[in-house]
Amino acid sequence: MAALTALPTASIHGAAPVQDDPATVAHVLNRLTFGPRAGDVDRAREMGLQAWVDRQLHPEKIDDGAVDARLLPLASAPDSAEPKELRRFARRQVVTLGANKIVREVYSERQLQEVLVDFWFNHFNVYAGKGRTAQFLPEYESDVIRPHVLGRFRDLLEATAKSPAMLMYLDNWRSTAPDAIRGARLGLRAQNAKRPRGLNENYGRELLELHTLGVNGGYTQQDVVEVARAFTGWTIDRAGQFRFVRAVHDRGDVVVLGHRIAAGGIEQGERVLDILASHPSTAHHIAFALAQQLVSDDPSPALVDRAAARFTATNGDLREVVRTIVTAPEFLAPATRGAKFKTPLEFVVSALRATGADVHDGRPFVQALQELGEPPFMCQPPTGYRNTAETWVSAGGLVNRMNLATRLTSGAMRVVTLPDGAGDPEALALRLGSPEFQRR
Amino acid sequence: MVTRRVFFKSGATAMLSLGFAPSFLGRAAAAVAARRKLVIAIFQRGAADGLNMVVPYGESEYYRLRPTIAIPRPGGNRGESVIDLDGFFGLHPAMASLTPLWSNGSLAVVHACGSPDSTRSHFDAQDYMESATPGVKSTGDGWLNRCLQVSSAERDPLRGVALARTMPRSLQGVAPALAFGSLDEFDVRGPAGTKFEAEYAHSSDLMLGTAASDAFAAMRTLRQVAGTPYRPAQGVTYPPTPFGRSLQEIARLAKADVGLEVAFTELGNWDHHVNEGAAKGQIATRLSEFSNGLAALASDLGDRLADTLIVTMSEFGRAVAENGNGGTDHGHGNAMMIIGGGVRGGVHGTWPGLAPEHRFEGRDLAVTTDFRDVFGEIVVGHLGAPRASLAKIFPGHVVKSTPGALRA
Repeated sequence: MAALTALPTASIHGAAPVQDDPATVAHVLNRLTFGPRAGDVDRAREMGLQAWVDRQLHPEKIDDGAVDARLLPLASAPDSAEPKELRRFARRQVVTLGANKIVREVYSERQLQEVLVDFWFNHFNVYAGKGRTAQFLPEYESDVIRPHVLGRFRDLLEATAKSPAMLMYLDNWRSTAPDAIRGARLGLRAQNAKRPRGLNENYGRELLELHTLGVNGGYTQQDVVEVARAFTGWTIDRAGQFRFVRAVHDRGDVVVLGHRIAAGGIEQGERVLDILASHPSTAHHIAFALAQQLVSDDPSPALVDRAAARFTATNGDLREVVRTIVTAPEFLAPATRGAKFKTPLEFVVSALRATGADVHDGRPFVQALQELGEPPFMCQPPTGYRNTAETWVSAGGLVNRMNLATRLTSGAMRVVTLPDGAGDPEALALRLGSPEFQRR
Repeated sequence: MVTRRVFFKSGATAMLSLGFAPSFLGRAAAAVAARRKLVIAIFQRGAADGLNMVVPYGESEYYRLRPTIAIPRPGGNRGESVIDLDGFFGLHPAMASLTPLWSNGSLAVVHACGSPDSTRSHFDAQDYMESATPGVKSTGDGWLNRCLQVSSAERDPLRGVALARTMPRSLQGVAPALAFGSLDEFDVRGPAGTKFEAEYAHSSDLMLGTAASDAFAAMRTLRQVAGTPYRPAQGVTYPPTPFGRSLQEIARLAKADVGLEVAFTELGNWDHHVNEGAAKGQIATRLSEFSNGLAALASDLGDRLADTLIVTMSEFGRAVAENGNGGTDHGHGNAMMIIGGGVRGGVHGTWPGLAPEHRFEGRDLAVTTDFRDVFGEIVVGHLGAPRASLAKIFPGHVVKSTPGALRA
């Protein structure tokens, strides 16, 4: 297997030789999957941990057909733009998609990919409750986020920038040059349509602050305005697809982070994405965020610097950045084991995996996540859900987890069948609700 | 308008009111079952548009820069124009439920209030406001938690409660505090309860062990409260929303005398970049839920309102001018509201004016009152903390003058 020899061990600076002892393997599985199932640690040891990691870094080589059969079909969007009907559709859509997300995370063999889909969705968060965002969610997850999580950051960035979900969520679809021709029309019919007639900074700001440079990445309020001007005319057409409308695009040069970009069309915004994706602040911001997801709430600056350097050296190849992090001595150090507190989603999915449960219907777990404070696709602020302990450790949260552990194991949830030999329900509940199980 | 720039509703002498409040020392001793001073903090997440909430209708710039979303001057049809407060400022018509509190002097507004930090990032600005250390990200705890640390060393998690699914930054810290979605779900059901308690008590995981120990201690007290269904005071109806239910739970806890000192809840969805609306529309809907909730809470608390201060805040305000989509982009100064028994009714602070040369960075309402000075006045004047403790609660800031929103 060529991939095996290609795996960096001593070849990358700082990489430690990977041990296959059960504790190390369990640690790696806790971080690169949604928690080990019974037998997973043994199987990974049999394969060899390095081979197992490399396989997860190449999800396209893993057959994942079985999971699709478990997903619920999606309803089609209503024709009407009536707000009440849109809200009703959004509520249904969000529950179905949430259930499918949970089921996929429990049963997919492409575990690292799904861990990263959740991570990148939060990084490029959109909120299902805003306008028609819910109707664009399925393709946002499946076509915009998932294909790029181990690809190039620049591609992921452009995919989000041109996605109807993001254009809708951060209002860019209706941002126009301040002096745009009065009669110019955007494709998608607005709710309570008033014709747009000016700049909206919402996307420009979050693109700089959250998606790329980071809040201390060295941009100014003027950069926000210039970026917003560059993206005027990036909108959604009547068919719900991305469209560039030149008539409402700003006709001036823009100056972003000191780079003058001459007046023009869609390439002005694309040039902004080039500048941002290759900026050192972006490398650092993305490296930090991935290390925080995979290693610890407060990852070592040395590790972040190495991951950022890898980002820059590989032109933002996310597979290589992830590989640098998960082969780093800081990642494999015993002190890192159990250092991350599971988010509610990680708790729920890892519990279902640990018990070997057969989930016939994931929807009740969407409700459970609502009670735990992390309903899928319903994070209103653009920051997305965070993955740090200070966000999620609370008395109320622990109580909810204990109760869910009890409910899941007691047979009270009819949507779940536990395997024969799952053991004494109370002992299982105490395991799932234990302090150790809240960590990964 | 120029005279308005030096307009102090309450006088700078309010700063002299800072000092020892004798009740503070006595209270620590009488920790059990006594009525305590209570602060209820309400966060409007997403940067509420303070200029359409407490409207400076006396400013012509306000009308010039907001051609489609300005609230018409008072005197128009009821429900469609500003409710006059003092001849210059007025409430959004959707906030009519607060007028009784204004009339009896229990509602104070501090306008042009906010942070000395210029960030227009929601996340950073919320973080700075909740940690009460603008510009400093390394602060480990929140200001409400530091209030608890200062007021007593007693380890009782019911002194600080957030009605929220996650612990808000304001209450994070070493003083015990709780966050939960509702009283009734905060209980470990089934026989596993005592075993879970033992499991966490014996754990070497300090962080989770402590959180669980606080949870089980509080649960024992709360079972007595949660055992009886709650009925708000006669005639009080909370909005049938998560925000309304959270406020009702706070009233329930306050009336049960479980030792509550600080409570927190939040209402999101204020980030109106598009179609904000004016007298009707998105912001009206939000303000109506917000105000009806506050009014219901104040009535439900009844005579306990005398010992309570409700304070509202939002991370920053919105630009003075509307944007191209009938909405407003991120701005700077905002308005805070304080409701309660010890309040000096009125609109307080220094109004900077909306003329271009008076605006922050030429576009936003300037900040003339540091939000920490409002918090500081509450901490000393209402909670009765010693003035010397202000340096601990607001590190790096000298609470030098206060807006005078409380009676001396």
